[in-house]
Amino acid sequence: MQGMTDMTDVSLGGGGTTADIQSAYMEMTHRKRMYGGILLVVFVALMASGFVVADGRNAGGFWNGITNVFDFPSEVVAEAAENGANIPGLMVNYLPSLIETLNIAAASTLIGALAAILLSLLSTRGLARWPRLTGLFRRMMDISRAVPEIVIALVLIFVLGGGPVPAMIAIAIHTAGALGKLFSEVNENASLKPVEGLESVGATWGQRMVLGVIPQVAPNYLSYALLRFEINIRASAILGFVGSGGIGYDLKNAFSWGQGRYDEVAAIFILLFLTIVAVDQISSHYRNRLTGSH
Amino acid sequence: MTATLAAPDISAMQQGAVRRIAGKRWAAFGFPAVILAYMVYVFFAFDVPGLAERARMDNAAVLVADTYSYKTHVTRDNRNGGMRIAVEGENKGLYPEGKTPDWVELTGPESAVVDLPEGHRVSIDGPNTRFDVPGYGTIAITAARSGIDLQVPGQDVPDWINASNARVTITTDAGRVIVTKARTEVFRYSLGWELFWFGLDSPYHGQGLGQILFGDRIDPERGNLAGAWQDFWTNPMWRHADVAWAIGETILMAFLGTMGAAIVALPLAFLAAKRFAPLAATRFAVRRVFDFVRGVDALIWTVVLARAFGPGPMTGALAILVTDTGTFGKIFSEALENVDEKQIEGINSTGANPIQRYRFGVIPQVMPVLLSQVLYFLESNTRSATVIGAITGGGIGLMLTQAIQTQKDWEEVSYYIVLVIAMVMLMDWFSGWLRGRLIGRRG
Repeated sequence: MQGMTDMTDVSLGGGGTTADIQSAYMEMTHRKRMYGGILLVVFVALMASGFVVADGRNAGGFWNGITNVFDFPSEVVAEAAENGANIPGLMVNYLPSLIETLNIAAASTLIGALAAILLSLLSTRGLARWPRLTGLFRRMMDISRAVPEIVIALVLIFVLGGGPVPAMIAIAIHTAGALGKLFSEVNENASLKPVEGLESVGATWGQRMVLGVIPQVAPNYLSYALLRFEINIRASAILGFVGSGGIGYDLKNAFSWGQGRYDEVAAIFILLFLTIVAVDQISSHYRNRLTGSH
Repeated sequence: MTATLAAPDISAMQQGAVRRIAGKRWAAFGFPAVILAYMVYVFFAFDVPGLAERARMDNAAVLVADTYSYKTHVTRDNRNGGMRIAVEGENKGLYPEGKTPDWVELTGPESAVVDLPEGHRVSIDGPNTRFDVPGYGTIAITAARSGIDLQVPGQDVPDWINASNARVTITTDAGRVIVTKARTEVFRYSLGWELFWFGLDSPYHGQGLGQILFGDRIDPERGNLAGAWQDFWTNPMWRHADVAWAIGETILMAFLGTMGAAIVALPLAFLAAKRFAPLAATRFAVRRVFDFVRGVDALIWTVVLARAFGPGPMTGALAILVTDTGTFGKIFSEALENVDEKQIEGINSTGANPIQRYRFGVIPQVMPVLLSQVLYFLESNTRSATVIGAITGGGIGLMLTQAIQTQKDWEEVSYYIVLVIAMVMLMDWFSGWLRGRLIGRRG
């Protein structure tokens, strides 16, 4: 290796001695190491000071808390073990809430994906209906991606009242932005030939997109949408916790009842865990099939 | 294949092709039909028809109006006497003694003349209130212990006046007058966010930017710029300092959580990668730990950790750390499995010890993948930290949920939303920039 570098360098630089090259190389390495060292020091300093600040602003400190981490889980487990016979029945009781959470995730993924398809087609160069407005549609995606779901959900709960619809709208808006970005990356790799062919026979923009672009990109779209569905189940569970129905809401209630009802908490934990793992497995299986074939 | 077999083969192929096209045709209609059927089901499962009844459009109107305008209350206490002028009726927006907006004239300790837009005028004199409405006439209201007495110019009470014995509310485009036994209140609406820069007790309130930058010293005690900054920073209505802290806390949660997760996940990923962990049992165990940590939702981690650590940014950071350790572990170990053996062999052939082999043979190969994933998660965790903060109680998420739950400070809600969007976009840009600097642009 050393010899090869020497040869290339000599042929490029012309006339430099090996010693010169070596000293130049060592200097560069030193400088690189120094930059790396500075970066590392800055990083460690940031982590340490961040830790101290976060620790100071937390109600219970880190070192006090770390000893109690397992208190609550062990309480839950102990109570669940005591009332082990109840748990399957409780899980059946919470099934409707779980279905609601899943429905919120599925409906918002569908609506969000449809919006994302439209937005991504409108913001991809070469495919856009109005090429001048691609920037506008991109910014729209950026903004809807940046808004956390909880913000829209809470505002909508104030207007529409509690229930699944605010959560669905909130997650759909975020999904439209997040998927839109991924979809437009997929669109950029789509071949324009079918689109041009359709255009030459007088197809409208909608026909060109549905017949020329969608068949090319559909497998990738589906695979991203499945991944998003997984993420959205988690989001929909969290939004339930702040008051929009589903299993998250039940979890919050079970918590506020406190000790003595932890078998319900355990039942919800198990239900949520199993759902997430199952969806994770199923979706990764189908995603591999969709994108692995070519 | 012989020629005699070719003929039936073609017809079979044709049949197959026809069948496949027919199947695709069905799918082309069936797929949208299934989606449509599902949406119809969801429509009724979520009770969307009933939503129209439950929706509070008046709430929406309040929300929208509040985001771009504010109201100033001129209040007379009908029980104990005394006048009070306050922005949004809040103590922190109270006009100090001797200071009034230019549309209010205090004519005595118990009397005032309030000019509303378009010639509307309200004069309060003790318990008596007169409201001049152009094109209608003068409405006279008297508040007494026995009840509220209302006199209107015409025979009938118009529908923009809502009157009962205990309460009279007059709503016009120019402003609102509410009289109860307890108090007489006049609301005047103005555009913008009230007192965004300075509170009313600050000497800089109402001064122009030019005046502050280049004018004479407004407060003799302090320099203009320093004083203005101090009063802005401690603004009682908008609490800019607290908001800045909250944003910092949210970013801190994301930073500590993401980086901590990467630091914890990297050594574990070696244990889960086939190439580096020869013992199948270790691999299996570590991988199941990753799966478990990923499967337990961030929500559950947040709730469990909040029990041990109490509310605050540390809890949020730990929740992100635990959740992402599973994800990072999986990604890192996959990257480690795909490491090119040749580079390690090359390092090995120079007589390197195991640490040097990892340092020069493995790390340089996986570093770009690791860094780009970590930076991508840093951005997405800024958003998660907002949500987690709302649950554990820390950062801008907490301020946002508190402001929403009071159901009246919508201008603050919209301010926070703008800040959150700006924060996420900034982190998006920053992580992209850092990725570009550290591992070079893609493609």
